[in-house]
Amino acid sequence: MKKLISLLVVLTLVFTCVGCGASGEDKKSEGVMTYDEYVSAALDSEVVIEAYVQAKQSWWEDKATVYAQDKDGGYFLYNMACSEADYEKLTPGTKIKVTGFKAEWAGEVEIIDATFETGKGNYVAKAEDVTSLLGSDDLINHQNKFVTFKGMTVEAAGQDGSGNDVAFLYNWDGSGQEGDDLYFNVSLNGQTYTFTVESYLCDSSTDVYKAVQGLNIGDTVDMEGFLYWYEGVNPHITSLTVK
Amino acid sequence: MKINKRLLSALPVLALTAGCCLTLTGCHGREGLAAFEIPAEFDVSQNYEITFWAKNDTNKTQTDIYEKAIDDFEALYPNITVNLRLYTDYGKIYNDVITNIATDTTPNVCITYPDHIATYLSGTNLVVPLEELFADEKYGLGGSDIRFDSPTTAEIIPQFLEECSFGGHYYAIPYMRSTEACYINKTYVEALGYTLPDVLTWDFVWEVSEAAMAQDSDGNYLVNGQKVMIPFIYKSTDNMMIQALKQQNAGYSTEDGEILLFHETTEAFLRTIAKHAESGAFSTFKISSYPANFLNAGQCIFALDSTAGATWMGSSAPLCDISPDKIVEFETTVMTIPQFDTDNPQMISQGPSVCIFNKTDSQEVLASWLFAQYLLTNDVQIAYSETEGYVPVTSKAQNAPEYQDYLSRCGEDNSTYYDIKIQAASLLLDNVGHTFVTPVFNGSTSLRDAAGHLIETTVKSVNRKQTVDDAFIEKLYDDTVSLYRLNRTGSRNMPSASDRAALGALPVISVILLSSLAAAWGFMLLYLAFMTAKKKRNRQ
Repeated sequence: MKKLISLLVVLTLVFTCVGCGASGEDKKSEGVMTYDEYVSAALDSEVVIEAYVQAKQSWWEDKATVYAQDKDGGYFLYNMACSEADYEKLTPGTKIKVTGFKAEWAGEVEIIDATFETGKGNYVAKAEDVTSLLGSDDLINHQNKFVTFKGMTVEAAGQDGSGNDVAFLYNWDGSGQEGDDLYFNVSLNGQTYTFTVESYLCDSSTDVYKAVQGLNIGDTVDMEGFLYWYEGVNPHITSLTVK
Repeated sequence: MKINKRLLSALPVLALTAGCCLTLTGCHGREGLAAFEIPAEFDVSQNYEITFWAKNDTNKTQTDIYEKAIDDFEALYPNITVNLRLYTDYGKIYNDVITNIATDTTPNVCITYPDHIATYLSGTNLVVPLEELFADEKYGLGGSDIRFDSPTTAEIIPQFLEECSFGGHYYAIPYMRSTEACYINKTYVEALGYTLPDVLTWDFVWEVSEAAMAQDSDGNYLVNGQKVMIPFIYKSTDNMMIQALKQQNAGYSTEDGEILLFHETTEAFLRTIAKHAESGAFSTFKISSYPANFLNAGQCIFALDSTAGATWMGSSAPLCDISPDKIVEFETTVMTIPQFDTDNPQMISQGPSVCIFNKTDSQEVLASWLFAQYLLTNDVQIAYSETEGYVPVTSKAQNAPEYQDYLSRCGEDNSTYYDIKIQAASLLLDNVGHTFVTPVFNGSTSLRDAAGHLIETTVKSVNRKQTVDDAFIEKLYDDTVSLYRLNRTGSRNMPSASDRAALGALPVISVILLSSLAAAWGFMLLYLAFMTAKKKRNRQ
């Protein structure tokens, strides 16, 4: 009997600790907005959010561009003040508290002129399947999240110099070269969308860059990436699998 | 243990010698390259591989032209291979060149702006002065041994060539030239009850922009029936400030780099901008996005951008970033940028130039010059200028029948002869005498960035409901001076202690060199002390 009670006490303690840890990660610090409050905030208003680094896109002259997410939504932190040393610390999952201004640029909602401090906690989001939301008004509500698209068909991205259809382009019109952004088109239910491998996010040495270079028109693909927006949905893809 | 006295006495000398060798080696590394001297003959028996860093406007036709130019040039000079590296951003080229200077891996030929070259010149003999090459009998402009029809110096538009001269040398050749233009939704201007004047003025633009802000009770703008209208959007706010000051004969900088930007005329301009930003009548590319996207969607009336952005402007624009269902039909007019003095219009001259980086092999530099010169041939000049609202930089190309024919066919189609594009080019051709450039000095790039920063910060602050008053302006000036390391009353500052901290740790090689210097002096002093002590003992 004593052993049973001891076991129950231990199990209770374990579950309590786990519960505390989980609720500690979800709970926002004082003065920090929830994701809903952030979404409701007016453009050009100051916002304070807490989220977890999911990927970092670039660093130059003490500014960093970062994808972040909490359990409720995604954030795009554009040119956030960040030393080179601190940039190295922004590994996926790192918790940051960001103070900046909400802005919108060509449809992309972002936080600009921001500063940050790191905190305790860690969270790496799983890719959310938004395939069924393509073409719907709800898709934009998932902007900047880490998402997945499944079973899409590769269409022609453009033509090469000889007029032949090609599966991808360097830069949006083929004006680039190896190392530049990759643009490709994928369709679902008769609608075609332009997806991108943003070269600052995933350079030419990455698997996804090589995977897109290896695409053929007609391939069926599953993709993961960040739901970026430029004059419409324009996901920045970080992985691609040909089925 | 017996100490070898000879070795012991030799140690200070050896240490001193080693220290001197190290420091001299370090010093020699900092001296840079020897000045370029034109070889008597181009050595065609040797193969040369040169790199060309080129900037394009994310335009496939332009990259095709570069590639064709390279192919054609290599056919003429089979011993020269040109490796092309493409950029779509001048800032990225600039940053990469700066990074590569430190590792002695600069390109051979590089598209550039004179402002950038001024920074590159901080390295000794890094950029090749070109005036002797221009005049060389064999390999100069129009030289006797040139294998293609190159223009003579006299056939380069003098104003464009002079823009590449500073510090007493020509450090670049012009490649293409453009200016800024105002792309106007004339349909909406007239719908608002206005008629476009012969010369656009700032007052007119502000007045029409404010008139366009009228909304109905549902928040739709009356002029376009949409929920979005930003009547006046400026792409390059650095140009906006620079041109506004020039038009008012207000200071920006001296030729020697004395900063004149921070004065009452600038303040007055910023306050005007703040007023129109507050009403929502004005915004910028950095804040809102491309003026062309808003113009084509019927959400902007005055889209201010380069003439090299003309193919993106208008209802029938051959290049467009918005979905076709968002494009609105309207009549587009191309005019010069707004002016303060309609009798004395002033507008910036801009566009890519080409510089050559010095190398230890003078033949390699000569090969680079031959290729750079090839970019001035009619085939390249005419083809590239037709891709956008650029103009060729040579009278040879401008007067060529093919180019004149191109201009005459304005509006024949919506691609090669797209009317907005040719009108934009014609605008520059008609106004070359009204264009200007800003002084070039080490720091002029930072000053330009600062000029744009003043406008961007003002508009953002207004959007964030901050008050643009005397205190705001004073703080903005101070912050801008600090951020861009400028001096409000003099020339560009040396870094302060906090700036030095921000600059980061010394490079390893610098640490080694400084340590070697210190060690050498240390050994010399030790030797001196040792000899002094020895003399004293001998006297005793």
